[in-house]
Amino acid sequence: MHDAHASRPGETAVPLTASAVLVNKVGLHARPSVKLTQCAKGFTAKIELALSADGPWTDAKSPVKVMRVKAPQGATLHFRVTGSDGKAALAAVLALVHDGFGEA
Amino acid sequence: MNSSNSCNVGIVIVSHSRKIAEGAADMVRQMVGSAVPLAWTGGDIDGGLGTNVAGILEAIEAAWSPAGVAVLVDLGGAETNSEMAVEMLPEDRRARVVVCNAPVVEGAVIAATESSGGSPLAAVKRSAEEFYA
Repeated sequence: MHDAHASRPGETAVPLTASAVLVNKVGLHARPSVKLTQCAKGFTAKIELALSADGPWTDAKSPVKVMRVKAPQGATLHFRVTGSDGKAALAAVLALVHDGFGEA
Repeated sequence: MNSSNSCNVGIVIVSHSRKIAEGAADMVRQMVGSAVPLAWTGGDIDGGLGTNVAGILEAIEAAWSPAGVAVLVDLGGAETNSEMAVEMLPEDRRARVVVCNAPVVEGAVIAATESSGGSPLAAVKRSAEEFYA
């Protein structure tokens, strides 16, 4: 499941947001956190995540901070992305979450 | 003991215990992958618990990258011996090796994660040290 709001392709000032449910068993623990931050680092856009649509927001490029979120299986991860490659970045992190970080 | 295949910042793990050093390196390889030069050393020269400068120098050499090397250590002697090893490096390399103030296992994984994204040495060190921030 995911829904994208405020999606304005090409628009850089307005953050793109979307959410996805964590399906993998361990939630956002060490290994998924590493995968997520590695993915996020591949983009120049600012990428943040939160357990609630109104934050608090965590830098998705910081493995330490992402692990501290301790998001369990079934939690909804909200993403907020700002930057010229934001659309691709959002698609990539959502795909990773949907895919259960490759560990189902 | 090592493998290196990129220009990303290298990671060196120094523990008093061979098993901890090797195990931490296994975790890095499994969680982060092989895009980061990585080497480990543990134990004294007789194979007991401890660290030795020669072993640390070898590990730094093995994980060497033009982007530099971040060293993760456990207790006391691992840190002082690592600092001594850094001082013994050729001058042009000395400035590109840092000993991180971070827990050895977690720090190694996080440092390698940061490095795998192509981050510079200062960012790799900062990220590992976020554990104590």
